[in-house]
This record gives sequence, C-alpha cells and structure tokens, in this order.
Amino acid sequence: MKAFSQLLDKLSYTPSRNAKLTLLQDYFRSAPDPDRGYALAALTDELPLSVPLRGILQDLSVSRFDPVLFKLSRDYVGDTAEALALIWPLSGVEKSAPLLRDVVQTLKTTARSGLASQISSWLDQLNTVERWALLKFLAGALRVGVSARLAKTALAMTFNKPIEDVEEIWHGIAPPYSELFDWLEGKTERPHRVDVPIFKPLMLSHPLEAGDWEALVLEEFAVEWKWDGIRVQLSSRNGDVKLFSRSGDDIGNAFPELVTGHNFSAVLDGELLVKRTEDVASFSDLQQRLNRKTVKTSMLADYPAHIRLYDALELEGEDLRPLAFDVRRQKLESWWNKIAPHHTDLSPIFHPDTKDELQKIWEATRETGIEGLMLKRRDSAYIAGRPQGKWFKWKRTALTADCVLMYAQRGSGKRSSYFSDYTFGVWSHEGEGRTLVPVGKAYSGFSDAELYKIDKFVRDNTIQQFGPVRSVTPQLVFEVAYDAVNKSSRHKAGVAMRFPRISRIRWDKPAAEADLLSTISKQIT
Amino acid sequence: MEKSQKFESWLRPEASGLYCVPGDFYIDPHQAVDRAIITHGHSDHARPGHRAALATPETLDIMKIRLGEGAPRTAQPATYGQNTRVGAVDVSLVPAGHILGSAQVVLQYGGQRAIVSGDYKRQADATCAAFEVVQCDVFVTEATFGLPVFKHPSAAQEVAKLLASLQAFPERTHQVGVYGLGKCQRVIQLLRAAGYDKPIWIHGALRTMCDYYRSQGIELGEVLPVADATTDLEGEIVLSPPSALGDRWSRRFADPLPCLASGWMGVRARARQRGVELPLIISDHADWPELLQTVGDTQASEIWVTHGREEALVYAAQNLGLTAKALSIVGREDDSE
Repeated sequence: MKAFSQLLDKLSYTPSRNAKLTLLQDYFRSAPDPDRGYALAALTDELPLSVPLRGILQDLSVSRFDPVLFKLSRDYVGDTAEALALIWPLSGVEKSAPLLRDVVQTLKTTARSGLASQISSWLDQLNTVERWALLKFLAGALRVGVSARLAKTALAMTFNKPIEDVEEIWHGIAPPYSELFDWLEGKTERPHRVDVPIFKPLMLSHPLEAGDWEALVLEEFAVEWKWDGIRVQLSSRNGDVKLFSRSGDDIGNAFPELVTGHNFSAVLDGELLVKRTEDVASFSDLQQRLNRKTVKTSMLADYPAHIRLYDALELEGEDLRPLAFDVRRQKLESWWNKIAPHHTDLSPIFHPDTKDELQKIWEATRETGIEGLMLKRRDSAYIAGRPQGKWFKWKRTALTADCVLMYAQRGSGKRSSYFSDYTFGVWSHEGEGRTLVPVGKAYSGFSDAELYKIDKFVRDNTIQQFGPVRSVTPQLVFEVAYDAVNKSSRHKAGVAMRFPRISRIRWDKPAAEADLLSTISKQIT
Repeated sequence: MEKSQKFESWLRPEASGLYCVPGDFYIDPHQAVDRAIITHGHSDHARPGHRAALATPETLDIMKIRLGEGAPRTAQPATYGQNTRVGAVDVSLVPAGHILGSAQVVLQYGGQRAIVSGDYKRQADATCAAFEVVQCDVFVTEATFGLPVFKHPSAAQEVAKLLASLQAFPERTHQVGVYGLGKCQRVIQLLRAAGYDKPIWIHGALRTMCDYYRSQGIELGEVLPVADATTDLEGEIVLSPPSALGDRWSRRFADPLPCLASGWMGVRARARQRGVELPLIISDHADWPELLQTVGDTQASEIWVTHGREEALVYAAQNLGLTAKALSIVGREDDSE
C-alpha cells in the first residue's frame, strides 16, 4: 500500500507523459508480486472489487464524524473520499500499512456487513496519502491521468518488451497477472491462451505524402474506401466473442448485437459503423453508441451497429498475419461467403486502371461523403504497429474556414507558460449587431515560433481573465482546417468541427472578413 | 446574553473594520482611518493611509518598506508585552507566531479582556516569536483553515519532500511559489535547518523582505537574485511569488518543477488548479486542531470569528458550550497564504 500510495500521489500531480512513464516504471521494477499486479489491474480498470463504497463512506462519515462539520468539509474539498482521508484522525504512531494483496484477499473473504469496519480499521493504520489512495483503489476509479494503454506501455518499457506483445497477451490473463510478470522477467515462456478471445494489436497506416504518391506503383496496392467509423477488432473463440477498440479496450458491452450469436473462431479487423438498410450513417450517429457501459433496446433499433470487415488476422485457428494482404483477403472472402456472420459485410476493393483514375476517385470523396481512401500493399504481412510504406491513408482534402481567436487557455506541462489552446469563432450573420459564435478549439498546427507570437498577442490583447483562460480582443484570424462538420446540441453554434487544427495564421486579415456561421452550417454531414 | 451585549458595547465590527469604542481606534481596518492598531504587515491587515498606527516595531518597519507614502504618518511602536493606554483602554501586544512582528492585541477595559489575534499559528517557526497564550473573556480569531480537513503536517517534513524531489529530479529547477513576507523567509530558514547549504535563488520581488529579515538577525544563508544567475539553474531551488509559477518568468529555468508552499496544498484540487507538481503544506496559519486548542487555551467564554471558514469554527465552539459568532470582517484574503 505504501509504494502504491506514493505512486498514485505523484501521478496525480504529474502532467507530463514521460514523467508518468518514469514513475510507473520505477514502481513496476521495484514493487513485489502480486502487489504490482493488483496495482496494474487498478490502473487499467480491470479490478472487479465491487465494494459498495459510496454507502460505506456515507456510513463511516455519519458514525465517526459530526455531520455538520463533515458536510462543510466535503463541500469544501469537493470529493467525499478525499475529505474522509483528510478528516480521519491521525494515528500519531506509524503503523504498518496493509499490502495491496492483503486488501484484495481480505475483501474477497469479508461479508458485506463487515466491510465498513474492515475499511475503517485499515484507515486507522494509514497516513493521509495512503488513506486517499486506499479509497481510490476501492472505488475502482483512480483518476490520476493514466490510461490503460499508458500503464501497459510503461510495463512493456520496464522490461524492454514491445507494447504489442503485452497487448496481445492482455485479454487472456487476469489480475494479478503472475504469468505476465513471470514472462516479462524472463522466468517463463510467453503465456499463450487458445481458449479465450484475445486482442491482437493492429496494423496502422501512414498519411500519404506527396513523395509516397509519386513513388506509388498502382499494381502493388489494393484500394479501399476509408470508412468514417472507428477501428475495431472482432475476436471470437468458439462462440466466446469480444469486440476490442484499436487500443485493446473491450467495448463489447456497448454493442451486444455484435458480440452475441457467433460461433466461429476468428480475429477480424474492420470498421465499426452505424448502418441503416444500405446506408452508412454519419459519425455523430455512431457517437450515440460509443462510451456506454450498457445500451438501451431503443438505441439498438435507432442506431444499428455494423462491422465492415477488411482484414483477417486469424481464421479457424490459423494465424494469417505472416501471409500477404492478397492471400489474407482471399481467405477472408471465402470464409465470409461460407459463414456470413450477422451484422458484418466486406469492405469492397476496387481496381482503378491508372493513377489518374485513382486521383479522380479521391478528388470526388468529399462529394460522395467518404472520408478518403486506404492504399494497402498487396504483398505485405500484417505487422502490428505502424510499419513504413505498407499501408497509407489518403484523407480527403480538409475544409477550411477563417475564424477569429476568442479565448486562449494555458497549455499544460512544457506549454504551461504559454497560451496554446485556442477557441475560435465565426460571425453569427452579416451586417449590424453581429457577434462571434465559438465553433471550435485547436491546439496544434503551428510551429513553436508561431506559438511564441500568438502567446504574445494573447497577453497584449487580453480583455478578461478567467483562471487559466483569457478572452482576447477579436482581432486575430486563424485559417482553421477540419475534416468535417457535425451537428451538435452541446455547442452554442449548433455545429462541431471534426479534427480542427490551425492551418495558417492570418496576421494580415481583418477579423471583420472572417467567415459566417451559415457557411459552416452548410457543411454539416 | 447580558455579558455578550456588554462586550459589544465597547468592541464591535463596523464598516471600516473592528472598532474599539472607548479607545476610538480600529484594529486592522481595511480602509484608511484616524487611529489603527495593526496586528502584522500582510497587506490585507496593514492597509495604507492611516493617520496614526500602533504596532510592533517590526510591523511598522514592514509597513514603511511596503507602503512607502501610504505608511502611517504617526507610528507608535509597542514592543511585545509593553502596556499602552489608548483612551480608556489598556492595550498590549503579544506574539502571534504568524510572521516576524505579528501580534495579538490584548485589550483591557472595564474589568474585561478581549484579544484580537489577527492571524496566528502554533507550529514552531524560527523566523518569529512563538504564539503566547493569554487568557481572556473574548477571543477574536481567524479561521482561514477552519475545517477539520486541515491538519498541517510539520513544515520540516514538507521541506524534506522538497529536498527528496531535488534528489530525484536533479535536472530540474525546483521553483517554489512563496508569499513574499513570512513564507519566503520561513522556507529558506527551514531549508537551512535541514542542512541545505547551497545558494537559494530568489525572484526580485522577494529581495527587500529577505534583506529586512536579515537585518533583524534572522540567518538566511546565501540568497541570490535570479537576475544574477549565469545558468538555467538546473537542480537549484528558486523561490518566487506564486503568480510567477508556470508563467513567462519561469521559462528561463531548466524544465521547472512547480512547487507551492501553502496551507491550501492539502487539498488536491487546489494544487492541480495551479498546475503545482509538488505541493508543500507549509502554512502561516493555525490548522483546525490548533484553532480548537487555542480557543480552549484562552479560556474565553466568547469566540468571535473574523474570516475564513467561520461557519465550522463557530459551530465547533458552540458545541463546546461557548458563545460564538462570525463577524464577517470584509477585506481579508485567503489566497495570500
């Protein structure tokens, strides 16, 4: 508990990704088994402790503290667990803190009725930081700015293994992951499970640069549409089915229709879409289904999910990844024709005769409502990560609009002394009484030298400060590039830009000549 | 009830601050007045423009340095324990343990004794005289950290955290945000007491008060202005006002690690809002146990709470069977801590 508490405490104050990785590596290197395994489980949100913590904290606060003082404290601190950790009486003498393994083990064997007194006796043994960490651990939501992927990355770095290997093993093992640590430390062979669906790390693409296009030999590449959904992996072993996001998170709970009723064994690569009859719906329709723990039946009908398959990593127990794309594709097609898994279809491959023709298809993508093209080397194996020269994504040309800088916010980490996050707007309408309406936020697309100049502009033109945010005189025009515009009820303007970034800084352009909201609204897809 | 009305007949909050009727003076008024008694030099207590002010010699010096033209035209120094008759009231100042020169104001009138304690703490602090307990009938207290969640660890332990971080990240400049009067010199003194003997670098705004503390015999060791540095101060300790943390001034340092020495750092959200990576819970103010201890020590039957989390302290004092109320004195700042 001591080392883990120190780790959480430091992580919670550390904004920099690299510093977080260092802290995590130090911990994984020095903490004993199985404690570090339970810590890893907590960091990756894989620890099902199912402690009814809210009720217990409520009981503890009522039975141990004056209710008026506790409420005033809680309201001031803003977090019940932290308030309880702080208000808890100091023991005065240094007692030995329980180990993480003791906590997990004891919880397994403690009846629900005994939990409050057990937790209370732990809190008596701990100091303030440890109490806070214990309550975070029990709550199951650490909120220290570490994603599951970052924790796995740190673990792989600790033992000089590729992150892909850790990801591939991940879904076949359970806390405290002793076989994982044994393998990482070189004590055993890599764990290999054949009876459960596992995640196989994805092959990713590079944006197609001008040089790539010139060098490209059309015959060597398969051409597909680039679908505007999210990349998923459907992994099934004898009817046990999982749906993984590109980072290996299990998102099957939100898509029950996709993970039930299959009885094949395969690992398939595809795009998750919302599809009504033959039409692929917009990305904002898909967003309705994402990031949910459970899903209502009405959602299933209103936003029907679908997977458009484009690759197979494994079919009926055979690992296809070493094979060429063309071979994998053939195997995928004949397998799909035989099984025809529900809620799936195949992403078509098309065959332009010349590069000119391909270019024309690409140029028409925006009109046809397609995100762009994918170009995949026909002879390439399926290689996890982002290998050079194998797969290219060729996104449709960006849309651009001239927007006016309205608010600037301090960045974090290395950028904390710079105003580097910008909210920009466009004019509500033409003529008298028009106002600027915010339409998006961006914090990339400019060089360091440009950042320094904008930072100076913000400081020299501040109207008002709201904590880390400043409003500025509406004067500086950004040419903003974005991929698409979605309707949005969350934004006052009623629109939301996808992937906005600053493409040019128009020091020369008067704010009065920036774009109108109606121009952007017309681009809604 | 009878008694409390009597207290208020001679000491009461008014628009300009706490007013003593038979002495015709205000204590720490937030507007310029004819006659004031000042508990200590922090700017929310020592305002400019008073005609006459009674305070410790140190507080009067500090007011002169910080307020210049705004310092009281007539300064009436009173050393700790010295009795001064003001109107019909006997006034004496006793140490409050807050910063150099800080004092509690002891008022005797008509057989009653009231103490206006200003800001105070009970934790040890080698840069100022320690809080002195004086029994009284009415104790007027602050409540900056008046919630049971505030239990300040020992300042030495917090400074040890800073030195440990310096060892763990020797490539980073440790920039510590400190309030310029009191906190700055205390942190330097604590570092020296912990055996840190390298030069400590300071922001220009902190220089005058460090010089003043030194002139009063408080050893600070080698303290150098950042402006004189010829390197990016990798692995060094730099003290600056909190407002310079993460701002342009700090760009000159080697991957600066923002630290902040303040009682507020016990609350995580407070540290994160300010982008602090190393919170140091070092406070000039009494924490909750010290507030309650002091209320008990004075044996006062009535507790008046001037500023901070008054509600909780008033409630707790009432639970102890005391008469307690919030005065809602305006013009006090939490954030200067």
